[in-house]
Amino acid sequence: MARKIPEINAASMADIAFMLLIFFLVTTTMSVDMGINRKLPPPVPPDAKPPKVKERNVLVVLINKDNKLAIEGDPADVSTLRDRVKEFFLNPNNDPNLSETFYISDLLKEEMNKPKPDQDKIRKYRDILDEIGDVKKSKGVVSLQNDRGTLYGKYIEVQNEIVGAINDLRNQLAKDTWGKPYDDLTKEQQKLIREIYPFSISEAEPRSIKTK
Amino acid sequence: MATIRKKTKESTPAISTASLPDIIFILLFFFMVSTTMKEVDYKVKITLPEATEVKKLENKSLVSYIYIGTPLPAYQQKYGTKPVIQLNDQIAGLDQIAQYVEQERAKRSQADVPKMTFSLKVDENTDMGIVTDVKQELRKVQALKINYSARKPYKKQN
Repeated sequence: MARKIPEINAASMADIAFMLLIFFLVTTTMSVDMGINRKLPPPVPPDAKPPKVKERNVLVVLINKDNKLAIEGDPADVSTLRDRVKEFFLNPNNDPNLSETFYISDLLKEEMNKPKPDQDKIRKYRDILDEIGDVKKSKGVVSLQNDRGTLYGKYIEVQNEIVGAINDLRNQLAKDTWGKPYDDLTKEQQKLIREIYPFSISEAEPRSIKTK
Repeated sequence: MATIRKKTKESTPAISTASLPDIIFILLFFFMVSTTMKEVDYKVKITLPEATEVKKLENKSLVSYIYIGTPLPAYQQKYGTKPVIQLNDQIAGLDQIAQYVEQERAKRSQADVPKMTFSLKVDENTDMGIVTDVKQELRKVQALKINYSARKPYKKQN
């Protein structure tokens, strides 16, 4: 009996195509494109005066060319940096050597009493009070200075710890307020948290730092 | 009554899979076109440092790269063994950074320029001197959004 000629089984062609597809899916994600996002300060003219900041509001972190760390003038280890930065910003016991912290409600009152109040700030403060509550915001700045001979790997380690400390503070607040980590929040919620814990890191021109 | 029966036992016709590869090819071409692999030849050796606080670069099309590292052995005769800067696929000097920034900005639309990020891929054993100089040059041309490229360490996340 004449049978129908069986069609060429094309199932294996699909397998070949799957292989090619998976190859491309894998190779195009092989380039590691992750990193620490930072914003450089705008260039200042050489004769501009530095803004007046109280000494207690500046956490001085130095790295010299031997890749040794010094926090507020005392030699320290990188592993302690994260906790020190967190403590500096939070200042729970109002230690006069750590940064000044202000309640958002006080900052709001201060802004409203100004001759030309910044409406954006007022709106942000009000939103924070509504969504998060009356938390404290720090005026602190971490000042990072490195020597020209410092190793880049060490510099990144230090940056990582400082950024990590601020990220930890943000995550803590996000969890306390909404029960989710910072990355899972909506853009508006993230904006409010960023207002309370900004990336307040300042970097100075590198020069030679005396080794202790 | 005559029972109605099928004359011969015919197996149900096999589902034709001839069109499956076509679907896969369509997907494949989509991926080949939409994702581009980095085509820049590295002329410098770069071992990225490790960092835990890394975030993915959001919009890859708005990212320009600056590579800093020691030249590969093949290029060491010409460029020496001290760390150099590579822009696109040419080894360049500090003075060419401003020009490079302008070129990269010209490649994108006006609206996208403020969203551009410069990713610094620097070898972890480089001294900070050259990196700081590069950052100063970027500041001078108001290229303020930067990203320090780093690897996520192989630790288990908790």
